[in-house]
Amino acid sequence: MLTLLLILLPLVAGVITLLVGANLAKQVALVGALAELGLAIFVWSQFDPAAGVQFGFKYNWLASAGISFAAGVDGISLVLVLLTAFLTPLIVLSTFSHTYKNSAAFYSLILFMSAALVGVFMATDAFVFYLFFEAALIPVYFLAAVWGGENRLKVTLKFFIYTMFGSLFMLVALIYLYYQTPGTHTSEITAFYNLQLSAKSQGFVFWAFFVAFAIKMPLFPFHTWQPDTYTESPTPATMLLSGIMLKMGVYGLIRLLLPIVPLGLESWGMLAVILSVIGIIYGSIIAIQQHDMKRLIAYSSFAHVGLMAAGVFAASANGLQGAIIQMLAHGINVVGLFFVIDIILSRTKTRSLDQLGGITQVAPQLSVYFLIILLGSVALPLTNGFVGEFLLLSSVFAFNSWLGAIAGLTIILGSVYMLRLFQMSMFGPKSKWVEGFQDLTFNEKAVLLPLVVMVLWIGIYPNTFLSISEPAVNQLLQLVAK
Amino acid sequence: MYPIVLLSVLGIVTLFIGFSKSKNILLPAVLLFLAVALAGNFFEWNKGPLLYFYDMFRVDNLTLAFNGIILISAFMIVAISGGFQDNAEAEPAEYYSLMLFSLVGAIMMVGFEHLIMLFIGVEILSVAMYVLTGSNKRNLRSNEAALKYFLMGAFATGIMLFGMTLLYGATGSFNLSAIQAYVSTTQQAVPSYLLYAGLLLLMIGMLFKVSAAPFHFWTPDVYEGAPTIFTTFMSTIVKTAGFAALYRLLSHSFTGIYDFWWLVVAIIAILTLMVGNIGATTQNSFKRMMAYSGISHAGYLLIALTALSKPSQNAIVFYSLAYSLSTIAAFGILMLVSKQRTFEGQPDERYDAFNGLAKENPFLAFVLTVAMLSLAGIPLTAGFWGKFMVFSSAAERGIIWIPAIAVLMSTVGIYYYFRVIIASYLKEGDVAKIRVAPFYQFVLVLATILTILFGLAPGLLEELF
Repeated sequence: MLTLLLILLPLVAGVITLLVGANLAKQVALVGALAELGLAIFVWSQFDPAAGVQFGFKYNWLASAGISFAAGVDGISLVLVLLTAFLTPLIVLSTFSHTYKNSAAFYSLILFMSAALVGVFMATDAFVFYLFFEAALIPVYFLAAVWGGENRLKVTLKFFIYTMFGSLFMLVALIYLYYQTPGTHTSEITAFYNLQLSAKSQGFVFWAFFVAFAIKMPLFPFHTWQPDTYTESPTPATMLLSGIMLKMGVYGLIRLLLPIVPLGLESWGMLAVILSVIGIIYGSIIAIQQHDMKRLIAYSSFAHVGLMAAGVFAASANGLQGAIIQMLAHGINVVGLFFVIDIILSRTKTRSLDQLGGITQVAPQLSVYFLIILLGSVALPLTNGFVGEFLLLSSVFAFNSWLGAIAGLTIILGSVYMLRLFQMSMFGPKSKWVEGFQDLTFNEKAVLLPLVVMVLWIGIYPNTFLSISEPAVNQLLQLVAK
Repeated sequence: MYPIVLLSVLGIVTLFIGFSKSKNILLPAVLLFLAVALAGNFFEWNKGPLLYFYDMFRVDNLTLAFNGIILISAFMIVAISGGFQDNAEAEPAEYYSLMLFSLVGAIMMVGFEHLIMLFIGVEILSVAMYVLTGSNKRNLRSNEAALKYFLMGAFATGIMLFGMTLLYGATGSFNLSAIQAYVSTTQQAVPSYLLYAGLLLLMIGMLFKVSAAPFHFWTPDVYEGAPTIFTTFMSTIVKTAGFAALYRLLSHSFTGIYDFWWLVVAIIAILTLMVGNIGATTQNSFKRMMAYSGISHAGYLLIALTALSKPSQNAIVFYSLAYSLSTIAAFGILMLVSKQRTFEGQPDERYDAFNGLAKENPFLAFVLTVAMLSLAGIPLTAGFWGKFMVFSSAAERGIIWIPAIAVLMSTVGIYYYFRVIIASYLKEGDVAKIRVAPFYQFVLVLATILTILFGLAPGLLEELF
């Protein structure tokens, strides 16, 4: 029942937001998002990591076909549900200094998005997973297409068609798997785990899943929609896309790809890891050359997700745990970074690194927050990025030492582009664009402070979150090894 | 069986109502007639299978379900026709009676048990449609469309009849059960090429009616030239009836030689999907795009027909319903919008006509968006489950390459359906506030609610069988 509530709450809050109209929309959306966070924390407090899938909910949807609306929470889901519930109120709060036209629609779309994301992470039925996976696309498409930048129409249409293209292949794979289940067909994900498919058909299913999730994350070479979409979208949509929606792809790999097609992974895993590692290096090198801050973060996100995918495809306990904690860390960092860029943009009207400089002198508080989050992203020890990156790299290294060594370059390249970003925007002579730059307001601090706390919390004591997912990960790995 | 009798009588009554001076009772009367026919249709629910007219017409739940879709679509189309009051030259009573008569033809196609019944049904439906296509007498394009439709349609009917004759020659009967018996016994022992040829010719005639490639060339011109209300009629009712007939023909009589015909239908399905989807991307006219989209949806339905597995029946019923609802809503909005604007002396039927629709008419834009999402097969709409069931039917048969190609094609579909959404929400335009009559509004709301309802709970319809 709690899982259903977690999905319904943002949905209902979204509808209420739409109904109250523009004046109260912000506040209602924030209350709704905070209520969701409270509920998620309550679920966490009731959660027993060792007990597998909990708080299950099941409603016979297409009874004759054995398809039911089923949702539940295990350790891996819970981490991502917590991430979604934690980031949504911050994303809402981060928009408080802006006024968007049709703000009721704007905020309700954010909440609908959040509902769909939570749904993806909790679905225990493959078709429910697919439905939410797709449903998440519609709100964010409209967020980007209505409130985005100049080129938004072209860019968002490309984004929509691209991601839809991938997930339709997943649909075909799911239907295929559904008809492989013995007896009365069922689409429960756990039933898919026990199919004894031949290596050949596992290969096909592997690629169908791979394309769907690789586009969503995105992995090299399916990433071409990403930088444009991130840049053209309004910042809250970019935060949703990079902070949470990207994790749907990684989550899909963990939940569906690894346990359903272990033989497919055996034959194609190497190629997948190589593609992921190419993405890491490629994304980092492009990020180093960017002058648009938003684009830079977009490419850095592309590089980071490559490492997560490499860890997942390596299919070891370290890799999966690393990917999960890194999803959490990356979500927090990237939302913080995009928010800082949004603050700078709204004050200076520019995102170009060439025009900025010397912000430390006028806004010391901003630069401290910025630095902490940025260091988290660079994976400095005692920040959240370190834990995940360490685990991920160790798993890739164990998988193949050459690939591990190449992937390890991410630490160097990451600090190059991130520190370059910080240096060019914050240090140096004060540029004319930053005249009259105002330091953080109360609202902005209210967004950044929780993020910074989380950066340090996960960095210093990651076990709080690692312990949630550990039993679930071990269980999953038994299926892969089978 | 009741709807056939009721509609035949009430069609004549409609003609007589046309003689009376008060024009206002015509529309409510026709709506009432359709409601009566609809009620009469479901009177026989769960009573079947029953055979009528010397075993020429069969009533079972499948027949009734298809009839239900056809009659509900007809009800909605008549309701948005608004009595043709804005057109001084129109002859509403004649149009309505022709529509009612053509429904008789459609229902005969749905429930035929005898090939002659199929032929009569196709002819009744088609002849009425030829006339209605050309009903805009002073419009050149309407005339052209009618002539084109008639010439090609007559030719297709000829081929179909030829096919039936060959089938008779091979099997000695027009009766579906007799043909089925022949196919599963004698045909297995001594294959008759006459039967194969007959089946192919008969199918070609039918595929022409549902505008499957490569027999689709009439579709864009006819859909574009015909008055929009009759385009709606053609693209929903003719298609539903055509697929009901094809399904009955293949599933009832020809399962014995599945190995012979499945690849033919599969190739036609793929071809239809490609022609429809790729053709639609290059259109500037919304109406022409809907014509190509109609072709592409015929392709999806043909996949279910190719597979002819357990989920096929549900898939065809559900898909026809979802497609009809969305098509009616989309054309309904087009009629409202194109009335406001002209382009080169004609009602504006381009995508650009929708530019800025959402600003003054958020309700219409929402209805249009739901219709487009459903046609594109986006989840949580009825259209998604339609596609889902179609793909399932192929997967059940173990043919996975067809859904794989269909999936690629539906990605293409998103492109042109989203152009409409983009035009109405994201482009600047000057569509004024449009007044919508209550009947009209009711139809749009009904189509939207049903589309979303079946999108959330597809089981509702399934439990009926």
